[in-house]
Amino acid sequence: MLGGAAAWIADRFNRHFARNISLIAVLVAFVIAIAYTAANYVQITSSNTSLWLVDYKLSWIPSFGISFHLAMDGLSLIMVLLTLFLGVLSVLISWKEIKDRTGFYYFNLLWILAGIIGVFTAVDLFLFYFFWEIMLIPMYFLIGIWGHERKIYAAYKFFIYTQASGLLMFLAILGLYFIHGKTTGVYSFDYFDLLGTKFEPTMGFLLMSGFLLAFTVKLPIVPLHNWLPDAHTQAPTAGSLILAGLLLKTGAYGIIRFAIPFFPDAAHAFAPYGMIIGTIGILYGAKLAFSQTDLKRLVAYTSVSHMGFVMLGVWAFNELAFQGVVMQMVTHGISTGALFILVGFLYERTHTRDINSFGGLWAQVPKLGSMMLIFALASLGLPGLGNFIAEFLVLSGSYQANMIVTAIASIGLVLGTVYSLRIFQRVFQGPKIKEWTMPDLSWREVIVIGSLVLVIFWLGLYPQPVIDTVKPVIANVLGYL
Amino acid sequence: MIDYLWLVPALPFLGFLVLTFFGKKLTKNAISFVGAGSVGLAALLTIIIGIQFLLSPPDGNFFNQKLWTWMNVGGMSPSIAFHLDALSLIFIFVITFVGFLIHVYSTEYMREDEGFARFLSFMNLFVGSMLVLILADNLALMYLGWEGVGLCSFLLIGFWYKEPANAAAARKAFIVTRVGDTAMALGLFLLIVNFNTLNIQDILHTAPTQWTAGNSTAVWIAFLLLGGAVGKSAQLPLQTWLPDAMAGPSPVSALIHAATMVTAGVYLIARNHVLFELAPSAMSAVAIIGAATLLMAGFAAIVQNDIKRVLAYSTISQIGYMFLALGVGAWSAGIFHFMIHAFFKALLFLGAGAVIHALHHEQNMFKMGGLRKELPIVFWTFLAGSAALAALPLISAGFYSKDAILWYAWSSNKGSLILWAAAFFGAFVTSIYTFRMVFLTFWGKMKTHVHIHLGNAMQIPLIVLAVLSLLGGFIETPHSLGHITIFSSFLNPVLPEVQLNHGGEFTEIILQILTALTGFLGIYLAWHFWYKKPAMVYNFKQTGLGTGLYKLWLSGWAFDWVYDTLFVKPFIKLSQINKDDIVDQLNIGLAGLVNWLHSVIKKTQNGNIRWYATGIAIGLVITLTIVLFL
Repeated sequence: MLGGAAAWIADRFNRHFARNISLIAVLVAFVIAIAYTAANYVQITSSNTSLWLVDYKLSWIPSFGISFHLAMDGLSLIMVLLTLFLGVLSVLISWKEIKDRTGFYYFNLLWILAGIIGVFTAVDLFLFYFFWEIMLIPMYFLIGIWGHERKIYAAYKFFIYTQASGLLMFLAILGLYFIHGKTTGVYSFDYFDLLGTKFEPTMGFLLMSGFLLAFTVKLPIVPLHNWLPDAHTQAPTAGSLILAGLLLKTGAYGIIRFAIPFFPDAAHAFAPYGMIIGTIGILYGAKLAFSQTDLKRLVAYTSVSHMGFVMLGVWAFNELAFQGVVMQMVTHGISTGALFILVGFLYERTHTRDINSFGGLWAQVPKLGSMMLIFALASLGLPGLGNFIAEFLVLSGSYQANMIVTAIASIGLVLGTVYSLRIFQRVFQGPKIKEWTMPDLSWREVIVIGSLVLVIFWLGLYPQPVIDTVKPVIANVLGYL
Repeated sequence: MIDYLWLVPALPFLGFLVLTFFGKKLTKNAISFVGAGSVGLAALLTIIIGIQFLLSPPDGNFFNQKLWTWMNVGGMSPSIAFHLDALSLIFIFVITFVGFLIHVYSTEYMREDEGFARFLSFMNLFVGSMLVLILADNLALMYLGWEGVGLCSFLLIGFWYKEPANAAAARKAFIVTRVGDTAMALGLFLLIVNFNTLNIQDILHTAPTQWTAGNSTAVWIAFLLLGGAVGKSAQLPLQTWLPDAMAGPSPVSALIHAATMVTAGVYLIARNHVLFELAPSAMSAVAIIGAATLLMAGFAAIVQNDIKRVLAYSTISQIGYMFLALGVGAWSAGIFHFMIHAFFKALLFLGAGAVIHALHHEQNMFKMGGLRKELPIVFWTFLAGSAALAALPLISAGFYSKDAILWYAWSSNKGSLILWAAAFFGAFVTSIYTFRMVFLTFWGKMKTHVHIHLGNAMQIPLIVLAVLSLLGGFIETPHSLGHITIFSSFLNPVLPEVQLNHGGEFTEIILQILTALTGFLGIYLAWHFWYKKPAMVYNFKQTGLGTGLYKLWLSGWAFDWVYDTLFVKPFIKLSQINKDDIVDQLNIGLAGLVNWLHSVIKKTQNGNIRWYATGIAIGLVITLTIVLFL
């Protein structure tokens, strides 16, 4: 039923639309997805039934073995739900921010969402690459047209980074395609056909590197992260929300879905380095986050740090860490998305993002301040909020794989506290630097942030539904290793 | 009633939610009612549960209540579940009861503050988090309470957040304790690796079957947990946040020092005593840290001018005593001192708060004086608290609890002469700084006039706590004085008895008398130096040695300076240097290279026919050469 969600959205939005229609459309898709999940929850979480919940296949270019093949398992479902949830919010927060060329704006916004959903559900590699590019180009426009001061520079940087790495992935896909074709005689881009292909070790490692490069640029890892601060800072609020909340997750998703199951041997060889890279990302991102004065840039670097946890956990190859990685993907989407939204609110009111021009605003805008506090706490991993579950699981999982690296990585918990408190204290505490005329949150803004608060508490206090949903998928991935 | 155990932490949380969402709309009386009432009800419920627990103990002397499974990953499934036994019962009793008195006091103390509702809501959250910490049946849930407590300290220390110094103190408290918390988290990971569970009782039962004493994993775990404990309990080397935590309103200090937060480390060690018994080196570390801290903080307390800073250092020092007790295996003596300390330290902070309140935010003791007659109730109750802190023999509860620790520091099989001497000398220092504070504040000439007179909401808690500080000790007395053991017998099912090694009753009495005498000597010295002949101290301060010591002790042995130089400044420097992200230079360099190549090649396209012709000719020659020779 949901197999064609991506296509469905893409079809309906290929025209000009105003904000109302886009809101209704995303909302409908979200409600359908929720209803589907609720109706089939027992089946989704039971380990007996087939892993794949939905399978939807159309012939596309049969002569090359390309088909329009979408399928969804628990992991895809979670990510699709997250996409649609943040999608609804991204429309809501653009409500007033975007004033010119709204039709084209929402067209781009929805196309990105469609592309992301496609990425999360495609099981034909050609189709996957197709969606991978679909989410890229509208995002380029979103940053380039509706962004801030240095939007053109940021858009180019974003485009070149992702495009270049995407091409390498395409080369790797082709390599995989031909090697598989040569050994079996069946030329196919289909995920299920390609699984279990055997390689020479060097070849396997080269091909995996192609995939990994694309995924780790998206994730991003240090030192491939430089597109991210610029793109996040310059994008409009909804753009930052989608970038941080969703686009980064496609990288993590790709590693779990493709890089590891296709190349288990190469993955084993790479794992220790992957964990070290993740640790470097955690610490380096945290340090840079602390030194920023532009609020959006600061939050962008916290993403680098948080995604380091994903990189650390994904190479630990055990259930705890994988569950933590998925939780981190979801909770980071929520919490960092929320921080970008809040910074966006501040920007709408003051037209500056400079941390030094704020101070002592808590009494004036208590709701905004308290919300910022909640998500700053989420970002430092306070128990009771979702991010704690994620970091706790990642670290306890990776601890079993490599104690020393994990011990170093956990310094990130302290550094996380340092930069998170800085966000809150510099803006809302201390003496007032400037007098701003500033209304507190409106009802629309309360709905947006309030829903995020509820979700982050829910994930922090009762994360079991998410854990159960992805459990079969993780068991499956571990089976390949 | 015991089935309503979950309400004990839930009530303060409810109070927090009500005050957060409706605080703006409620009247001041309603705010007071909700804020103090929620903790009051929790205290009442705790007392009822406690009586029921005493009269008809549940099977196995514990009661477990599971609310829901928090998460379940690969068999590791911490729950939201509460575990009540003698140890946690004592703690929740102290927290709710003393917490309630502090709340009542706050309803008057903070009434005129614009953030009154916010204040009480955070205080409620503080008590709620601490109760979760204590009642948690697994370490993950305990960690939730643990971090929650850290958060509340951040919110309350920085309650008057417009002052940058307060915000900095709040940040410091959170970050320094977080360093300890991270060590603790690593300890939890190590426990998961070994047991695949975080349930405390399961771990305590399994650990001795897996490990013998001195097992290296057990030692690692114990040391990592100890890291968490020294952070929260402000022991060496993570004690630096506590003196600055004075930035918060006085009731906050009372709550942090007496009922919540700093005692969490003591609880953590006592709760996991089996793990520590398996790690003798960690046990000795606990004792040594305790002994060193109690001396270090005692000396720092002697030279402080701010009345609250004296009390802050005295807390660090008294928690040091508790650590010392735990370290020599005198578990119940440590817990006993925790309880008595909660009574008298809450009393002293509330008393100091009353003085500060009456003197219009004057905290410097040298600007106080002569308040004996002006604030009689505060004076008498403060004197009772000081007697307990200085452990005056027979009449104060502090004597019974501290004397037990001194005795076990000597006689336990893990005790030694050095540990006893440190504790003994610490007691001497304690009586000096305590009565220095009393003489400076309440004797001598009046230097600042009393502005406000205190109401019942502030005075009654003082009186109740004063009574407890004097009489609370009689539930546990030494051999020489009746040998009552109500407290330690009650704890016995949870915490084993201390193993004695040397010393008999006669030694015990000799040591008691020695301690008593030095206590009085300390008081005499305080009276002599800070009341009778203050010039002597002043002159000594002018000498080189005097100035050096004064500065060193005033700054709390210069730990802040060391940490600033070693960690804070390099980190800030590094982040300033690398603000623009050195890695980005790679991209800029690459873009520059492309631009440069572009400009070089662009020059070839200059519209000059001769230039093009030359180019063609050279190209031709090269191509021909290649074709001909290869």
